[in-house]
Amino acid sequence: MEDLSLHILDIVENSLMAGARLIEVAMEEDPAGDSMTITVSDDGQGMAPEFLAQATDPFVTTRTTRRVGLGLSLFKANATSWGGGLEVKSQPGAGTTVRVWFQRGHLDRPPLGDWPRTLCGLILTRQEVDFRYLHRVGDQEFELDTRELREELGPEALADPQVMALLRQQIAQALDQIGVAQVPAPPGGF
Amino acid sequence: MAKLKISDLAKIKEQVTASTSLREGGASVKVTVHMGTCGIASGARTVLNAVMDELEKSARKDVIITTSGCMGLCSAEPLVTVEKLGEEPIKYSYVDDPKMRQIFNRHVLEGEIQTQWVLAKGSEQ
Repeated sequence: MEDLSLHILDIVENSLMAGARLIEVAMEEDPAGDSMTITVSDDGQGMAPEFLAQATDPFVTTRTTRRVGLGLSLFKANATSWGGGLEVKSQPGAGTTVRVWFQRGHLDRPPLGDWPRTLCGLILTRQEVDFRYLHRVGDQEFELDTRELREELGPEALADPQVMALLRQQIAQALDQIGVAQVPAPPGGF
Repeated sequence: MAKLKISDLAKIKEQVTASTSLREGGASVKVTVHMGTCGIASGARTVLNAVMDELEKSARKDVIITTSGCMGLCSAEPLVTVEKLGEEPIKYSYVDDPKMRQIFNRHVLEGEIQTQWVLAKGSEQ
């Protein structure tokens, strides 16, 4: 995975496969304490304790199309090498929370990548799912909730690529304002 | 705290709704980008960005873009399925940004299957 946003996308895809209808992504950066925490919580079907105990084992997966499950194990291995770790909390019927933490300024820690585009891609392609996103850098924060956006703009607005392209630019600007380091994305469109 | 400009979004939405209300109707084409760990690691997000960009440019309202998980052919990722209403789905393998744009403009919009990149026809089990 080239950047953090791809790792997060991968974890969110797990939530989608688990039938989640609300997915919350929280990123908390603490520049003073040199740490960063990413939490992805969902209201999907959750995992049984037996499975949960082996969830980050690359040779354990629920899928039947192949025998390895790499998403969580890759993220865990990487976070560990950036001086942190990954933990999963889950209960059948009560959703799953994946929490990842690591040293923010670690030399091997990849950049966030194009997270606004990644998030807008998720929102646009998964109309049946709501997303809540919180990003905090020190005492600055940005929050987005697709339930609020749907209420304000009407249910079909987030299915429109033109609206989403503008939303993406607005998210990128807002993250810029709160001091999230970003790779400059090409202007306009997706 | 940084805020979204809801009023700007609403403005765009109004323009869009005004220009498309005549073409209401269900979707006639579905494009699925396979987004397992394997797909993501081999470039599925770039492919998804490309198809969303082309969809935005085309302003078509009858095309749905969605994502799905791994279908077990990780070595052929990124994979994309194009399904037209009433036709068998077509799966493309080793898709990248330019291929995706061509598939969108020729197959999705014009109905010309890009046979040179087709992996299979039909649904996975």
